[in-house]
Amino acid sequence: MEHRIPATAGTHAGLTVGLVVNPVAGLGGPAGLKGSDGADVQREALARGSVPRAGARAARAVRALIAAAPGVRLVTVAGAMGEDSVRAAGGSPLLTGGAPSAGATSAADTRAAVAAMADADLVLFAGGDGTARDVLDALRPLGADAPAVLGVPAGVKVYSGCFAVSPAAAGLVAAGYTPGAVAEAEVVDLDEELYRNGLVGPRLYGTVRVPADARRLSGRKTGSSATGPGSAEGVAREVVSRMRPGVRYALGPGATTMAVGRELGLATTLLGVDVVEAGPRPRLLGADVTEARLFDLVRGHEALLVLSVIGGQGFVLGRGNQQISPRVLRAVARGGPGRRALVVLATRQKLAGLRGRPLLADTGDPETDLGLAGHVQVITGHHESTVYRIAAASEEYAQ
Amino acid sequence: MSGHAAEPFAKLPVGPKPPLRRFHQARWDEPIIFEQSRPGQRGIAVPGPGAPAVELPDSVRRAAPPALPEMSQLHVLRHYVRLSQESLGVDLNVDVGQGTCTMKYSPKVNDSFARAVAELHPLQHPDTLQGVLEIYWRLERMLAEVSGMARVSLQPGSGSAAIYANIAMIRAYHAARGDERRDQVITTMFSHPSNAACAKTAGYEVITLMPDADGYPDIEALRAAVGPRTAALLITNPEDTGIFNPRIAEFVELVHQAGGLACYDQANANGILGITRARDAGFDLCHFNLHKTFSTPHACGGPAAGACGVSEALAEFLPGPVVAEEDGRFSLVTPPHSIGKIRPFLGVTPNVVRAYAWIMTLGAEGLRQVAETAALNNNYLMHKVLRIPGASAPWDRRRIEQVRYSWQELSEETGVHSEEIGVRASDFGVHYWTSHHPYLVPEPFTLEPTESYSKEDLDEYAAILAHVASEARTDPELVKGAPYNSPIHKIDPTPLDDPRQWAPTWRAYVRKHLA
Repeated sequence: MEHRIPATAGTHAGLTVGLVVNPVAGLGGPAGLKGSDGADVQREALARGSVPRAGARAARAVRALIAAAPGVRLVTVAGAMGEDSVRAAGGSPLLTGGAPSAGATSAADTRAAVAAMADADLVLFAGGDGTARDVLDALRPLGADAPAVLGVPAGVKVYSGCFAVSPAAAGLVAAGYTPGAVAEAEVVDLDEELYRNGLVGPRLYGTVRVPADARRLSGRKTGSSATGPGSAEGVAREVVSRMRPGVRYALGPGATTMAVGRELGLATTLLGVDVVEAGPRPRLLGADVTEARLFDLVRGHEALLVLSVIGGQGFVLGRGNQQISPRVLRAVARGGPGRRALVVLATRQKLAGLRGRPLLADTGDPETDLGLAGHVQVITGHHESTVYRIAAASEEYAQ
Repeated sequence: MSGHAAEPFAKLPVGPKPPLRRFHQARWDEPIIFEQSRPGQRGIAVPGPGAPAVELPDSVRRAAPPALPEMSQLHVLRHYVRLSQESLGVDLNVDVGQGTCTMKYSPKVNDSFARAVAELHPLQHPDTLQGVLEIYWRLERMLAEVSGMARVSLQPGSGSAAIYANIAMIRAYHAARGDERRDQVITTMFSHPSNAACAKTAGYEVITLMPDADGYPDIEALRAAVGPRTAALLITNPEDTGIFNPRIAEFVELVHQAGGLACYDQANANGILGITRARDAGFDLCHFNLHKTFSTPHACGGPAAGACGVSEALAEFLPGPVVAEEDGRFSLVTPPHSIGKIRPFLGVTPNVVRAYAWIMTLGAEGLRQVAETAALNNNYLMHKVLRIPGASAPWDRRRIEQVRYSWQELSEETGVHSEEIGVRASDFGVHYWTSHHPYLVPEPFTLEPTESYSKEDLDEYAAILAHVASEARTDPELVKGAPYNSPIHKIDPTPLDDPRQWAPTWRAYVRKHLA
């Protein structure tokens, strides 16, 4: 059954924004599960100590939205799928149908909620790529009449181009949205089961219309273009040449960081976080670790984080590597400026592809992100680096 | 398109130059010169050896005669004239699209002076070379005046060879002070990649600065990069965007405070001659490309000449020999801690003579006029190019002697890429260079008109670009299928990445392709 916003709902004039939260989005990240699709995965994530975070991130977006556009009409569904976030942000939600009756939410709940918001000017959703696919499924039947959409990044993977760079940025983009001022953005399809097995093959699932604000949209993740054979090997060789015996290095996800493991002769993973200890005989202390295991391995030790840049987006923290939590960063930094604990890797082509946008940290804790802001040396090859600015995604665009 | 050939002579004097020329490269199925060799053919009759003045040791004697092609002089001439017709030669076309490779007109009269020195032998005693040495000495002083530097050496080759000479002096300077910990060189994304390449070849770690939001090198990034490991800053200014960094003295000061040296890549000096000087901004070293700025043949890795200028503190490290003067007599001396001899004999003497002749022709005021005219031509062309729908230039401001433009808007609209537009432009007798990789400016093209070109030349060039941009909208496949007026339709770039197919010598060609 299709639910629609009652024509008389609310008393606010102007913009109408629908909000849908996928409450389980992002659960799998700190647990090292690379995603949150499926009830089994969600149970496993909770068992490994993950706590839901999508609602809080949605609330941050709503807080920024209300602050910038006090007259906005916020339409959402009951409970954890939106209402709670609006109330947490100090807003007054207008409730519509499409909410789950009780218990765990599902993709069908997301689709039903979005379908109920077909008359909104903009649908704001909090989740990851899986949620984006559900949103697109719900809007597809509406064709050109579908409202614009905008993602609040809350998933483990945020490869699609319809997300803002941070929750606060999503709120500001929504607040500034003029109906009709849109751009096309790609939603990608990624099989989480294959992804967990190290097979990355995002395919175009479809396109949605997003508010035309390229500066605050994270853009679709782009793959590493070949800048010549061996470029990842050159970067890896440089990283290894800088390693100091006895120091522990957490290698984030990505092909370039995996090349570091290869250079060390260790069986590190493509998509997980692995911890190695440098020395004459490098050791793999933990492969594909959870946030808790990572914290245990770096706490009390001299340690550094080796992170690659997400092409097209610039994220170094908060996308696909949620295991590196604020407390892990604090443990590694040991009181100094956080970015000293980072060894950032990217090809020069990847940096050029950012078109001047900064590298971004979105750990979920604005204070931690701000502590990382400044210039870092990005290793781009053997005996090569580029000085590049890193910014806090959480706060960069918040007023 | 109006064609010269169709214009009746009765209409002379001819009207305005047509906006788009008719152009077609010649097509000669020209064999390689070695394939044209015929036994017994001779170009010139070489005199017999006679009695040798000195018997050469067996170790340097050839076991067999050199495998030179045997051809008549006329056939050699035809061969090279034909090859020159199969190209977009500098003497045939408007070369404003060479971008960052200043391609100005080299007055032919200067060749006659250069030819005169061909009679000299590089091993003649300096007493018999006083005229040439005086030209060297005077040119060294002229370039010292232009750059503000204390001393200049004309020994280096140009481009990367000169930059490498500079990085070698930087290394020697720090070593002489016992400061061996300086192992990093800082450069910028829009400086010539030769700076990074030379520094890395010399064993340094290279740190690159990205541009800030205004297109200038990010000074905050420089603050983050400098330190006790900084050996030097190698920087081009104006950079390859055509943007002059107004805070350049501050950059130099930051590097000096950290104990490093500042080295000015003046490959883009054509727009600043007589206006700014490297030393006045505090630089310790600089180089010129005589083949660019001072109008000698480019030579593409061949006999091009460069010049390195240094402050008094670095004069003892200059490559040698340099020319000394005492009581009107000139001699060759090698600085006490010279990095050594880096080119045979005196370097490329004919180009030194050409550059000297060019400067003497213009005088000090003329040099400044060159820079002003080059900047005026560039900004006039920029005005015309930016009126073409789909063309843009990031960072909205006037430029010095070149501009890095973007076809991003046109490309997004039509699917035609910048490289394809440049190739299609070659069907009209012009072309352009895109950019160094990686492309920080999307769909880039870089134009540098210099002072050599007339208003009509620039109008014609802009009209050709506008025409091709229009074609991209109306018939994108036409543009993508270019070139049509070249002897070779499409070049397969694959072999360029395959060393097994490279043939840098005739022997390699025979071994790899004919065997």
